[in-house]
Amino acid sequence: MSSVVAETHHAHEVHSHELPWPQQLRANRIGLWLFMFSEVFLFAALLVARFVLWNDPETGAITRPELSQELGLLTTVVLLLSSFFMNRAETAMEVGDRKRFLNGLLTTAILGTLFFIGVVFMEWNIFGLSGTLFGIELFGHLKPSDGVISGIFFAMTGMHAIHVLSGIIFILIVWNNGRKGHYSPEKHWGVEACAIYWHYVDVVWVFYYPALYLIGTAVHSM
Amino acid sequence: MQSLVKFFRSRLYDALAGAFFGALVGLTIALSTRYLHDLILIDWLGAAAPPIATEFVLPALGFLLVAGHAFIGFATGFGGFMGTRIGRFLYYGSATGYVRGFLGQVVFTLLGIGFLESIRALLGMTADGSTFNLFGTVISEPGFVFGALVGVIGFLLGSGVLTDWLLWITGAQTPLRHGAPPGKPEWFRYLNVDVNHKVIGIQYGYTSLLVLLAGGLFAIIFRIELAQPGMQWLTNAQYNTLFSAHGIVMIASILLGVGAMSNYLVPLMIGAADMAFPRLNAFSYWVGVPSVTLILAGMAVGGWDTGWVAYAPLSLRAPLGVQLFLMGFWINGFSSIASAINIIVTTMVMRARGMSWFRMPIFVWGAIAASLIQFTATQTVGVALMMSIAERAIGLNFFDPSGGGNPLLYQHLFWFYSHPVVYVFVLPGLGVISELLPVFTRKPLFGYKWIALSSLGIALVGFLVWAHHMFTAGMGDSLRTLFMITTMFVAVPTGVKFFSWVATLWEGKMTFETPMLFVLGAISVFLIGGISGPILGTVPTDLHLHDSYWVVGHFHATMFGGFVFPFFAALYYWYPKITGRMYKESLGKLHFWLMTPGFWVMSFGQMSIGIWGMRRRIADYDPALGIEAAQVLITVAGLVIGWSILIMLYNFVVSARTQEKAVRNPWRSRSPEWQIPSPAPEFNYDVPFVVVGDPYDYGIEAEYIRMGQAQPVPAGD
Repeated sequence: MSSVVAETHHAHEVHSHELPWPQQLRANRIGLWLFMFSEVFLFAALLVARFVLWNDPETGAITRPELSQELGLLTTVVLLLSSFFMNRAETAMEVGDRKRFLNGLLTTAILGTLFFIGVVFMEWNIFGLSGTLFGIELFGHLKPSDGVISGIFFAMTGMHAIHVLSGIIFILIVWNNGRKGHYSPEKHWGVEACAIYWHYVDVVWVFYYPALYLIGTAVHSM
Repeated sequence: MQSLVKFFRSRLYDALAGAFFGALVGLTIALSTRYLHDLILIDWLGAAAPPIATEFVLPALGFLLVAGHAFIGFATGFGGFMGTRIGRFLYYGSATGYVRGFLGQVVFTLLGIGFLESIRALLGMTADGSTFNLFGTVISEPGFVFGALVGVIGFLLGSGVLTDWLLWITGAQTPLRHGAPPGKPEWFRYLNVDVNHKVIGIQYGYTSLLVLLAGGLFAIIFRIELAQPGMQWLTNAQYNTLFSAHGIVMIASILLGVGAMSNYLVPLMIGAADMAFPRLNAFSYWVGVPSVTLILAGMAVGGWDTGWVAYAPLSLRAPLGVQLFLMGFWINGFSSIASAINIIVTTMVMRARGMSWFRMPIFVWGAIAASLIQFTATQTVGVALMMSIAERAIGLNFFDPSGGGNPLLYQHLFWFYSHPVVYVFVLPGLGVISELLPVFTRKPLFGYKWIALSSLGIALVGFLVWAHHMFTAGMGDSLRTLFMITTMFVAVPTGVKFFSWVATLWEGKMTFETPMLFVLGAISVFLIGGISGPILGTVPTDLHLHDSYWVVGHFHATMFGGFVFPFFAALYYWYPKITGRMYKESLGKLHFWLMTPGFWVMSFGQMSIGIWGMRRRIADYDPALGIEAAQVLITVAGLVIGWSILIMLYNFVVSARTQEKAVRNPWRSRSPEWQIPSPAPEFNYDVPFVVVGDPYDYGIEAEYIRMGQAQPVPAGD
């Protein structure tokens, strides 16, 4: 680490003129929230597309494809639980409890990974598996080639899954730096940003889950 | 992460970049001499080349040129050939962010293609969709798309704009590095990743002008084709690619130009040392470069025939080039969103003491309003583009009606961005008009608050009018009426601006230097665009004029009046600030008096032939329309505009070397950026200034800012 940083230091360089930390922190917070607001338009556009593509063009009735309710509920519970541990980790950092902070982050990352597996490997079923557990069908049946009924499903879950994946990577980076002792109760913007991002991705799913799994009537084909 | 960063900073990468740049230089020489040879031998002498020349000598020569330059370039990475002119040229050339980035882009594109194609081969998938032939290997469309995406990451890694962030991942702290890179001259900053907002603004500026030249060249090529009925020198496919590329390349140029003005001016005007996020600022610029590259590369791999709107399902059946166009357009969104957030945060957090919202220079309001649109609406076109890419590459169905999709959905998502984005283009430009008018009339800006809020009003109303582009697309009749009414509302805040400009001009002590001339030209041209707008916004007349050249006339008038003229005014006005020297006034005036009448002729000509039955996006037309004279006139006017812009570039390049030093405040402006030396110091203001009055009280003895006083003053308003 130090060797690389040392290369950027040169005697003749003009000394940098960074913002004082309280001002920079305020800028960071506004910037992150603006980015989150920007992403609202991304997710909302896909949500609107779901209603345009899946509603009955004649009657306007809300319809959706048949999906495994058990699988959807399970992944949703896992993701919502992860937010609880994220919050636990962040408050632990605020009071300086490093152990609970690290454990909370790791639990969040594991639960996030479980959610990701639930969507990509089970719901999407990219390896074409089949199997049941306690009578519950474990793998989804929609394929990308199923036409309009599957397109927006993959688009919405896929866009959300990319955000979950980047969130997991973000958490692991913060965890790794936290392990090296990088954050303090006074100064832990990385942790805060990571937590806000993770909660945000969670809240998106709070809208996407009912839109995909719950509202309207299930139909076999469109 | 550290090894990755180390690799891109190593001598080996220097050498590879040198070899890459050398090969490019060699290839350019080889191809141009080859072309010259053909031209002399075949066209001028009328003889076919002897076989020994074409089959042996020329290829061997070409190989030697490429390999020789590549070798010299490679050696420069290890310090060789530095005593020679070609060695120094290759060394400095290959050390620029551009060449290092392009090397990364090429290598990562190939790696990405290879990765996905091997997976597909392992899974036993055959190439479907449009395929591309690369050195005899057939590449599937998904492989191609994946390669293009990975290539952009390669560019960012190679250019070095991600370096600090990659180091942060490992927990390292990196200070902001200012000044030229070690061992490099000062001008080198402008060709490399730099975090200073003024350097980035200038980078945006020259890139915008280069891209403008490319887009203008495309237009001139197909305008020459349109000067006569019948096909003269283009094929239909070439015509389609050229007008599509003209559209999107010009939009990229305008976005870069908006970035140039906002980045250079906003921190200077609000009294900040830099932007709130300098690294993100550099990222915003550098991610735009591979995006333009992708769009231009799309022309080389089959082109596309969808226009810049890429309506589905036409885009789903277009040649492969459309994928690179969609991808480039999408990547450009990252630049827009990041830069818009940066500008908003900078203005919110870093204003000078006493500078309340209504005491900011008025341009900042234009930049803010444009950023509000940019950081939200851009996401929806991103969704539309991603869905198009996915529908083509992996067969998800959204838009193709044959699979049950809805083509109108694409148009809604697309125009939800692409209508508001025209206000992104014009709002900073209108801000420049309001900024410059008081300076050259020597009296206060009429109705400051109204102008400031009208910018926000335009941005807000802009979100509610998008479907007026779709009156003939087959949506419900009730929606047509609704969107007609909302569209008319745009005229209200725009009218506020016009009346305020007229009132500012009223009884002003006007002087007519080049920036003022361009401001007046902008007002006249924007008026043409503004008045021709409601005719298109009204459903009955739109049904008649839709898809005609009238639309082309209207759109070019709004873009020239709202962006191009104000942008040029801004370039002339702030040229002494940027370079410290004054441009040649005579050439500036010549530029104006060529371009403005040229544009009037072009604009009225386009609208006229539109009414007479000329359709847009069509390579040929019926001589019976009787519009040949008008078509020739439009083409000639286009050429005049093109030449006048070359005069401006010549003026700027030459004046930076030969003209005498400019005085500190040549326009007697009250704005803070003119109260400090030109070019502005690295951190703008050594001691922060304090705002004690209103910005545009020209002709009134009232202070605006007090320089270099640190004691607190209660904020006004």
